Amino acid sequence: MSEALLTVAGLDAFYGPTQVLHGCGFTVPESGITALLGPNGAGKTTALRAICGMVRTRGDIRFQGKPIGGLKTESIARQGIAHVPDGRGTFLELTVEENLRLGAYIRRDSRTVSTDFERMYGYFPRLKERRRQQAGTLSGGEQQMLAIGRALMLRPKLLLLDEPSFGLAPLVVREIFEIMRAINRDENVSILLVEQNAALALDLADTTHLLETGRVVMSGRSETVRNDEAIRRAYLGL
Amino acid sequence: MDALLHQVFSGLATGGIYASVALALVMIYNATNHINFAQGEMAMFATYVAWSLIEGGLPYWAAFSVTVGLAFLGGVVLERVVIRPVENAPGLSAVIVSIGILVIFNSLAGWWFSYTTRSFPSPFPDSRPFGSSLLSYHELGSMGVTLAMLVAIYSFFRFTSLGLAMRAAAQNPVSSRLVGIRVGWMLALGWGLAAAIGAVAGMMVAPIVFLDPNMMGGILVYAFAAALLGGINNPWGAVVGGFIIGVLENLAGAYVVGTELKLTVALVAIIGTLVVKPDGLLGKTVVSRV
Ligand SMILES: Nc1ncnc2c1ncn2[C@@H]1O[C@H](COP(=O)(O)OP(=O)(O)OP(=O)(O)O)[C@@H](O)[C@H]1O
Ligand SMILES: [Mg+2]
Repeated sequence: MSEALLTVAGLDAFYGPTQVLHGCGFTVPESGITALLGPNGAGKTTALRAICGMVRTRGDIRFQGKPIGGLKTESIARQGIAHVPDGRGTFLELTVEENLRLGAYIRRDSRTVSTDFERMYGYFPRLKERRRQQAGTLSGGEQQMLAIGRALMLRPKLLLLDEPSFGLAPLVVREIFEIMRAINRDENVSILLVEQNAALALDLADTTHLLETGRVVMSGRSETVRNDEAIRRAYLGL
Repeated sequence: MDALLHQVFSGLATGGIYASVALALVMIYNATNHINFAQGEMAMFATYVAWSLIEGGLPYWAAFSVTVGLAFLGGVVLERVVIRPVENAPGLSAVIVSIGILVIFNSLAGWWFSYTTRSFPSPFPDSRPFGSSLLSYHELGSMGVTLAMLVAIYSFFRFTSLGLAMRAAAQNPVSSRLVGIRVGWMLALGWGLAAAIGAVAGMMVAPIVFLDPNMMGGILVYAFAAALLGGINNPWGAVVGGFIIGVLENLAGAYVVGTELKLTVALVAIIGTLVVKPDGLLGKTVVSRV
């Protein structure tokens, strides 16, 4: 197997004095979809934050073989990691179009940026209709689409998604998951997905890591996890 | 009638000054949630720099441009060196620091340039256009300069990607970092811009109020009033508020309370706004989640 896109080893993470991750280790392979699952409070969001330098960490984080631990969040973004954070991180007072423009902030190739706008509007036609509207006025589903669009405008190599299904109707969730599959296939973007909806995530992801109280308790092919009754019952409530 | 119009026009001219200083206050407030009490003294100090350059033989507009540039750099450096360390400190620290800057600039100016009042040149002719009694050339010119500056700032924030990034960084620093915006630098640029705006306001008002280390004291109070009246978190509200306060101040001074008590107009506006419409005319209500 070729070198993984992202390798995390012995990762500790802290909020102030409180340690939340304890020696986590997992990898995200190039070009696939990887799921990070686990019960509430397991540390999934914290793991994504740790990758992006948003919390204090100790341990080894490598992106494309280069250590990124200890770098500033904005520098990590500039390496090609886009993060749709917990709560979507929308710029609520800016327009839809401005949100997308911000996604492309670090890019200097203005011609390809404008074709990317059109591609995003292709994935999410509803955003195009609402492009002059304040992002805060969008529905939850539209805001999630906008958040994904904003992240893709960075042309990332790795896309981190924190609970894209949160608070959305099942139909909208299905639509967004279909688009994620398409994005992964067509955009040459690897995805690390944190999800509450384990069934959907196991369906979409090739690889799955299970997190519990800040430790990785299992890693494997998604279908292995899916077919293991004991694991499903113990960790996923399925 | 002519007298009334005259009061309105010259109110608009000083209103432009208040609008600029109010805009500078709001820019910093939006980015940091703190009022920069030193805004006035920073402007005063920049005006002294301009005065020194002009005394040193530089033509007015050259001195003007150099001063604006230096004020911008000074604002950036001030943010990096003095404000940055208290960025995450509790609210009161930032207030204390900005008051500290106020005192330092005031004392420095007094020490270097002395506390005696000096006259400051206007770049505009010392007469009245079209033989009119409505406006002096200086009032007209300073209104023009102020408006040009406001348009430039508006265009910068509205149409450039750096301006967009600065707005984004002020609104949502976490998401801004995630798209690669260097939020710390955006804050520093904001301070630089605010200082530059203040410098322009100082140079435009100095021919009227004369140059001394306390020249901006009253103006800062009017600018606060303008910012509050317009809505402390809305830059365009602050600009509108500035013009309204300028006109009100002049009319009240001429017809109601007399020049000595004009400053009460500002206080009445501040208290009135806080009591009647705390978010100001154009401000947005901010509900913070607990
Ligand atoms: N800002 C914070 N300050 C202090 N502790 C925090 C903070 N954020 C999270 N925690 C704690 O860290 C632990 C892991 O939280 P995290 O949000 O990473 O879990 P999660 O797996 O994403 O949970 P969920 O499924 O509910 O989103 C929890 O015990 C939580 O209470
Ligand atoms: Mg979470």
